[in-house]
Amino acid sequence: MMWRVGTVVALHDETATARTIALKVPDWPGHIAGQHVDVRLTASDGYSAVRSYSIASAPNAEKRVELTVERLPNGEVSPYLTQELAVGDRLELRGPIGGWFVWRTQQTEPIQLVAGGSGIVPLMAMIRWRASTGSTAPFRLLYSVREPGAVFYRDDLQALSDRDNKVTLTYAYTRVAPKDWSRPPGRIDAALIAQTTWPSNLSPTCYVCGPTSFVESAAGLLTAIGNNPDKIRTERFGPTGDRK
Amino acid sequence: MNSHTYEYEYLDGNAAGGELSNIFTMDVTAAKGQCAHCGATKRFAEAHLYMQAPGVVARCAVCEHVILRFVKGRQRAFLDLSGMTCLILDTSQPQEC
Amino acid sequence: MGIISRGFSGRRSAADAKLPPGQYLTTDFPVLSAGPTPHIPLDQWEFVIDDGTNVLRQWDWKSFRDLPTETFTVDLHCVTRWSKLGTSWEGVSVDTMLADVKTDASYAMARSYGDYTTNLPLKDLRNGQAWIAFRFDNKDLAPEHGGPARLLVPHLYLWKSAKWVKGLTLMSHDKPGFWESLGYHTYGDPWREQRYSGDE
Repeated sequence: MMWRVGTVVALHDETATARTIALKVPDWPGHIAGQHVDVRLTASDGYSAVRSYSIASAPNAEKRVELTVERLPNGEVSPYLTQELAVGDRLELRGPIGGWFVWRTQQTEPIQLVAGGSGIVPLMAMIRWRASTGSTAPFRLLYSVREPGAVFYRDDLQALSDRDNKVTLTYAYTRVAPKDWSRPPGRIDAALIAQTTWPSNLSPTCYVCGPTSFVESAAGLLTAIGNNPDKIRTERFGPTGDRK
Repeated sequence: MNSHTYEYEYLDGNAAGGELSNIFTMDVTAAKGQCAHCGATKRFAEAHLYMQAPGVVARCAVCEHVILRFVKGRQRAFLDLSGMTCLILDTSQPQEC
Repeated sequence: MGIISRGFSGRRSAADAKLPPGQYLTTDFPVLSAGPTPHIPLDQWEFVIDDGTNVLRQWDWKSFRDLPTETFTVDLHCVTRWSKLGTSWEGVSVDTMLADVKTDASYAMARSYGDYTTNLPLKDLRNGQAWIAFRFDNKDLAPEHGGPARLLVPHLYLWKSAKWVKGLTLMSHDKPGFWESLGYHTYGDPWREQRYSGDE
């Protein structure tokens, strides 16, 4: 798989620490919702660093690839991508990568998405692809974040959960919940899984993404309510949510 | 297993897809692999992956034994699959949309 | 080499100091690992020197900590290209560990909790070149950096400085360890840039 060069055409802050980078990649071969890319940065003395980022945008015909990057406090690459990178700069990408953690429109069964923090990114690509193709596959999203300000794509998610053929959306706040929120702040637990995810007898295909500890916990809760482990697809972002 | 405790520092097989595309032309993350140590058969995407190392090391999610190692040297790359009994790849699914 | 990313320099600083070829200076202390971090309770820790058949010497944590220690400052060079200069440690010299060991062996395999191994010539572990280190930067060595104790052999690439070390197996013939069996150089001198097997 070769390295391709994309040009930054737009930047959009999702939260105080996360930014979506829109790239135009002239020779982009297309991708499937859920795939990721490796991004390589090279300093003028030849030093290089590689990180993986999920593609946030749905497949499209415009050679457009969007990545949403969260700035990590001690990151080496994420501070550069979220603060230094400017429109017009070029970025090297390798991909698209991955054939397992993907959703295709041929899948018509109920889909359960479970996101922890920045794990929402590849799931958003799936949600966007479903919307742009008009698929009526039943989708539910359980999105766990620390606090309201940490939500990515809030407006898009709002729009997609409001209309016909909607995605059923549940937020779970782990540290700080909005005022008057019915559920006190806390990690997702068996009760929330039972209340908000597809019943396991419907044999949903589940996609769980986020920091490693979140994924292990959420996947465990999904199997505990009867989902077959073969029906649970996972993507782990490492201890802090950063890959590599 | 034993009294040692393990933290959630690993990635998973998905993260190795880019590096392993140097060797595998078909998607390896969806491939099923059988651990030669404990016999567990799982998707490679579920393998515990350690990439912050001189090479890629994938470990069985069940028993933590090494199932795959990959190093890219100067003119040669080294692949050790001795920890895996077999790898079953799906040749039917294209990677593009 | 890839296209240059405008304004990117990574987590590094300018170096006046001379570094081995191909290395970059870091002020960080990256954690690189081939497996999960073992957490070894001190009441279960042991260090064993054997010859593959017989135990020659062994220590538990208490008897190990009764040995004379040294404090020392060394430079670290990792094969993944980062170098960290002037790191301070406290440890027991491997000369002390080998003091009463009678052997004809020329090589040693350092063995770690987990499954990591690395091979070295025995003479590179002698004469003040190697320690079993248990304190870094005036603090107990953290598990992610190899605590409670790691081997430290700073004149070779850092993969030879086995984290979570639990012993040495003395060998008459050289055998490759974890990375050496997968294309890394059997000796690993950073000043001759011996990263991969076949490098001179």
